[in-house]
Amino acid sequence: MSVKPFLKIDHVDKIFPLGGGKEYVALRDVKLEIRENEIVSIIGHSGCGKSTILNLIAGLDTISNGTILLEDKHIIAPGPERAVVFQNHSLLPWLSVYQNIEMAVRKVLGDDLSPGEIRDHVMKYIQMVNLDHAKDKFPGEISGGMKQRVGIARALSIEPKVLLMDEPFGALDSLTRANLQDHLMRIQIQTGNTVIIITHDVDEAVLLSDRVVMMTNGPEATIGEVLEVNLPRPRNRLELQHNEEYLRCRGAIIEFLYSKFAKEDE
Amino acid sequence: MNSNAFEAGKRIVLPLLVFIIIIAGWSALSSHVEQFPTPSETYDVAKEVFDDPFYINNEDDKGIGWQVLNSLERVFGGFALAILVGVPLGLLIGMSKNAFIALNPFIQILKPVSPLAWLPLLLFVFKDINLTAITTIFITSIWPIIINTALGVRSVSEDYLNVAKVLQLTPFEKVFQIILPVAVPFIFTGMRLSLGIAWLVIVAAEMLTGGIGIGFWIWDEYNNLNYHSIIIGIAIVGVIGLILDAIMGLIADFFDYRKRGRA
Repeated sequence: MSVKPFLKIDHVDKIFPLGGGKEYVALRDVKLEIRENEIVSIIGHSGCGKSTILNLIAGLDTISNGTILLEDKHIIAPGPERAVVFQNHSLLPWLSVYQNIEMAVRKVLGDDLSPGEIRDHVMKYIQMVNLDHAKDKFPGEISGGMKQRVGIARALSIEPKVLLMDEPFGALDSLTRANLQDHLMRIQIQTGNTVIIITHDVDEAVLLSDRVVMMTNGPEATIGEVLEVNLPRPRNRLELQHNEEYLRCRGAIIEFLYSKFAKEDE
Repeated sequence: MNSNAFEAGKRIVLPLLVFIIIIAGWSALSSHVEQFPTPSETYDVAKEVFDDPFYINNEDDKGIGWQVLNSLERVFGGFALAILVGVPLGLLIGMSKNAFIALNPFIQILKPVSPLAWLPLLLFVFKDINLTAITTIFITSIWPIIINTALGVRSVSEDYLNVAKVLQLTPFEKVFQIILPVAVPFIFTGMRLSLGIAWLVIVAAEMLTGGIGIGFWIWDEYNNLNYHSIIIGIAIVGVIGLILDAIMGLIADFFDYRKRGRA
């Protein structure tokens, strides 16, 4: 690649001490380069350390060996340029939809914006996920899909360089999930964000991604294969159903997960 | 038949029934125990007591209103001090493992001690009834506040703390924007417990310190052989305790985010 990578994961290990001198090697020698504006999904069986990679990029967990560079800067701690959409949305239940986003905007961009600009900024992202009607509702009053949309709006509102999504739609039913995937693709075209998605859903990986990173099983999990998804955007799930490239990618991932690195259910 | 009206009727009729049984039992008791006040005598004395609750004859003879107000003043004084000290201490213990390790043994040892055991020591130190009573209530109230505040802090979910990390909140912002909103309902549970115990303890404390207050009044009336007044005193303490608890409950609900924003 001649272009300098935007995010570079360089020979990264993650080792968890188990006590009594023992340790668990979750990740071994993970290497990955991600371009700007790219959507990359990381797929693998449960326990393959895919969420661990995300936590390392987010800075919520520490790297044991190797480095992660974002625009040539070492990642050592969490920061708002790497916004995280958590699986269970983690909205603050005592704040309304509006206030949840406002709190993030105020903290990260508050110094540069006037009160009016903050309001406009928050509303822009609420509108982006079509939640104008629910802006004064509390998280306890809205559906799981709506909560996750708020989570996405909150993450995007702080204008991150990378959007990290940890199985963002995993807790949702399949219809809601499809709806949110469409939201995400539309928004990404609008904002041009770099997105990393952790998933265990094959269709989700192919539909959303420019590249799919397939993880081997742990312990000592690492990247097995990287698959380029050569589908134009915007993508439409209906049209893709019988698309050759779509089916090829889908087949390759299924081959990887269920043949090369099949995992018995413990 | 309207079942709602029936349910509502039950709420009045059943307690009324129990009330009648209590009065009947009381009447039977007073006919067997010599000098035990009868319900009707007690009612007459109560009318007298409540006729002018705020009279002042001299420093040692004041109306029941003054007695109650004095007790409430001491309870709220000690209670307020306990909140001022207990909430920050609870936050510290909840957030810092080292603070927990350092302080927990002492909390566990001091918590089961009856606050009245402190009273002689406090009386010796302060040589003042009011300060002694207030400090006794302070010691009474502080433990549930510390323990519940710390519990509230520890119940803050890891997810919320991750949000704080990603947004790079300062420790100060973390306390006020993440930890306190979660902990406040717990803090109020602690405060409600504390206030209940404080109201229990003030009666006994005032019996020992003397001077003024509802506890002193009950003891004083006993010494004057006014047994009616003891029963009136018990009723007053009970009703005020109920009102205090109800008010604390309302305030607690007001500050509990889980009870807000739900239609």
